[in-house]
Amino acid sequence: MNARLFALATAFVALVSVPYWVPGIYYVNVASQILFYAVFALGLDVLVGYGGLVSLGHAGLFGVAAYTTGYLLQLGLGHPVAILAALMVGVGSMAVYAVLSLRSTGIGFIMITLALGEILWGLAYRWISVTGGDNGISLHTRPEPFGFSLSDAVTFYYATLIIFLFSLGIMAVMVRSPFGAALMGTRDQPRRMNALGYHVWAIRFWACLLSGLLTSISGIMFVYYTQFISPQTLALTSSAEVLLMVISGGAGTLLGPIVGAALVVAVKTVVSGFIERWNFLLGAIFVAIVIMMPEGLVPGSARLWQLMWRKKSLPSKVVATEAKP
Amino acid sequence: MSFWLVLAVNSITFGGLLFLLSAGFSLIFGLMRIPNLTHGSLFMLGAYVGATLVVGMLGFQFNFWLAAVLATLTVAALGALIERLLLRRLPGDQLAQVLVTLGLSFMAADFCLMMWGGDPLSVATPSELGGFARFGAVAFPIYRLAIIAIATVFAIALWLLLDRTRLGAMIRAGVDDPAMARVVGIRVSQLFTIVFALGAGLAAFAGIIGGPILSVYPGLDQDMLPLALVVVILGGSGSLLGSFVGSIVVGFIYNFGQALLPELAYFVLFLPMLLVLLLRPQGLFGRHMP
Repeated sequence: MNARLFALATAFVALVSVPYWVPGIYYVNVASQILFYAVFALGLDVLVGYGGLVSLGHAGLFGVAAYTTGYLLQLGLGHPVAILAALMVGVGSMAVYAVLSLRSTGIGFIMITLALGEILWGLAYRWISVTGGDNGISLHTRPEPFGFSLSDAVTFYYATLIIFLFSLGIMAVMVRSPFGAALMGTRDQPRRMNALGYHVWAIRFWACLLSGLLTSISGIMFVYYTQFISPQTLALTSSAEVLLMVISGGAGTLLGPIVGAALVVAVKTVVSGFIERWNFLLGAIFVAIVIMMPEGLVPGSARLWQLMWRKKSLPSKVVATEAKP
Repeated sequence: MSFWLVLAVNSITFGGLLFLLSAGFSLIFGLMRIPNLTHGSLFMLGAYVGATLVVGMLGFQFNFWLAAVLATLTVAALGALIERLLLRRLPGDQLAQVLVTLGLSFMAADFCLMMWGGDPLSVATPSELGGFARFGAVAFPIYRLAIIAIATVFAIALWLLLDRTRLGAMIRAGVDDPAMARVVGIRVSQLFTIVFALGAGLAAFAGIIGGPILSVYPGLDQDMLPLALVVVILGGSGSLLGSFVGSIVVGFIYNFGQALLPELAYFVLFLPMLLVLLLRPQGLFGRHMP
């Protein structure tokens, strides 16, 4: 347990000191991106990993929060109003999503969320009088909470870090809470949970709202970071990208989505400097991970690590059965 | 009056194309229990391959119908390969199968962009079906009427295939109860390949004959896939009648929506889906929940 605490402390120090050890401002911005995408991935992980509900429409929610922020700022409202309204609209949209898609689980859930996400994309693309269509909406300012101007990359990074730690805290509490246990129960044995007197639908609904809250938070961070939002953000590719973050890192873990977000953002940033065909690579990585490492990097490496350690201490018979899958 | 009539004919035409697209989607969904997210890409690939042959990019201009047949066969073969080489490796793991089709759809979209560039390709209407048919004061493009006829023929042929042949009986058995179908000696996994290839071929065929109306452009896949999804959610999975009715409904809503509320055309589609999900979640003609 002490080793774990030490690792956490090291990670915390590393995160706080990012602006001092990365080579330049460009990388501080990449770090900010990783952090708000990690919040997004954590939000999706609530459903995918802990609830067993795979959503392919989350980019729609992310985009709704971002568009609301942009649209209200364009109308001349202040940052606090825009942010609060965006959170409410984002969580409200998730509630609509949930009511419609929780009618089924598994493949049905994927299909309905996918269709809803595509409808939001179509709305962003065609409802030109509100969304500006393909031209999107540009933001001209970032907020200045307590007098710190977020226009500065380093300040923005620290704001993102605070929000990231806050979201991670929510997730850690949720996972260890009775609610988290109940949610995992509905994932593994919905009928037994029902028989035990749990309201399976309600548990899933609250999980959806939590997911919607984290997604909206990251959507707002995104729109302040890029200061621009266009329909491309809501496209199926974006939903798939964040799902890739969750799955590649390891669904149902806290660390997995963060590692996945870092991996996807890093690959995207590095690769897009060399080739235009990011989508092709995204698709190929997706197919490769699903076929070869379906459990994700974090559980996959953890298993490998355990395997290596046990090889020394346990009789070979156990190792042989362990190594089988 | 004539405006509404023309709009209605256009809606039925579009519904016919949607039927060709979604019948395969629905069958694959019914049998394999996965929404095939490459379906839009197969439609687009069919359209691109057909357009390439018709326009004469290979140095020789093919006849439109010959090109349609060749494109259909090519994409059907590709569908069979996808099923055999990739989906087959993940037996029973539907989530993984869906994700693989999603990954493939991105690769296909980028592949098309790389091969054919970003500019739309327009496909000429086959010359024998050019011109208009006049009924009183209203003129309808003959090609659109032909698409309605083709879709009707395909609907009847598919119904005969599913309802009157041995293969159709086996597919229906597989849709209703795959485990029991296996027990009585039906090779369900072989059916998977056949149905996947059939669905891919139908989608590609819809893509090429839709070419003169919709033209062929990057993003066509993303435009068509949600429509197929909505059709199947409306009509119910694995039901031919369901995808037929669903396609016509979606064709009408989409076309009338575009004419009357162009900004919200996509959103209006949401309403019937919402109603069906609330009142009859298995779809109008579906037999079991997805």
